[in-house]
Amino acid sequence: MDIYLITMLLLMIVGSLYTLHAKDLMSAIISLGIVGFAVVISFLLLSAPDLAIVQVVVEIITLTITIAVITTVTYELEKKKIRISLAFYAATILMFAAVFYVIMMRLTNSLTPFGQHFLRMADTYIKAAYECGSANLVTGIILHFRAYDTLGEATVLVTAVLGVVTILRLHGKKKEN
Amino acid sequence: MSEQHGLTIIVKKVCQFIVPPLFLFGIYITVYGHLSPGGGFTGGVIMASAFIFQILAEGSYLDKLRKDKKNLELAESASIFGLLVLSVLGLILGGAAIFFRNFLPAGKLGDILSSGFIPIGNLIIGIEVCASITLIYVALLIFKDEETQ
Repeated sequence: MDIYLITMLLLMIVGSLYTLHAKDLMSAIISLGIVGFAVVISFLLLSAPDLAIVQVVVEIITLTITIAVITTVTYELEKKKIRISLAFYAATILMFAAVFYVIMMRLTNSLTPFGQHFLRMADTYIKAAYECGSANLVTGIILHFRAYDTLGEATVLVTAVLGVVTILRLHGKKKEN
Repeated sequence: MSEQHGLTIIVKKVCQFIVPPLFLFGIYITVYGHLSPGGGFTGGVIMASAFIFQILAEGSYLDKLRKDKKNLELAESASIFGLLVLSVLGLILGGAAIFFRNFLPAGKLGDILSSGFIPIGNLIIGIEVCASITLIYVALLIFKDEETQ
């Protein structure tokens, strides 16, 4: 197994353990963010860049929303001053630069050179979509061998509507009063 | 409630002209999803916009909206159940034990009845998306009406 992947998995384990034992909510959320971004780098190392993009967006949005909620709820607790030494800043910057350099070298080595297309998956998709007899290749893909994905999308829509209908009903709320 | 009477007569006449072709266009996009660009999701959204335009222009009563909501919930649940049944039928009838196996014959390229169960799946997804999006709108309308009472 890859040494980078093992490092990322160890980082995720340490981050989730720290989340369980953190002192306040803010540091717990930030250490949960370590897990999310380590998942992003693991996806990149396992050569799944589309999943990594989705994970980056979801992670940033959820982290921002959670931090906004926590700063609103526990505003009084977060006012204490924390003194941070210059060495801590320097160590953080050096660590970030090292991680960035290593990841960039690793990822740019695994990509194909600029200008050369990489059509192994696309060829498979086109052949399989032609075999199912659909003139529209996109529909052939999404309902033939990615139909499980389509079932997931339809289920997401049904779940969203269920949530809306459940929140917007008034009958259940009136009985409590 | 202002929703009972709808909008002005100009909007109502335009709605009577536009909504039938719009609904037909949504059905066309859904049914021809395996031949031309489009599919269940796109056609469902177009059909839902036709329904929403109709309710918005003509107005509706609270009792009728409640009945509509019940029917829409039924249609949504039945269509997602139909998609699951389709997948399990592929598992049983498809020969190899694969979820969503295309068990119907492929047919001739370019016919309406071709490419196995893809038209059926498109139709089910179209009904599901149309019912879901209209249901969100109807639920919001019912919530507003009940809140003002």
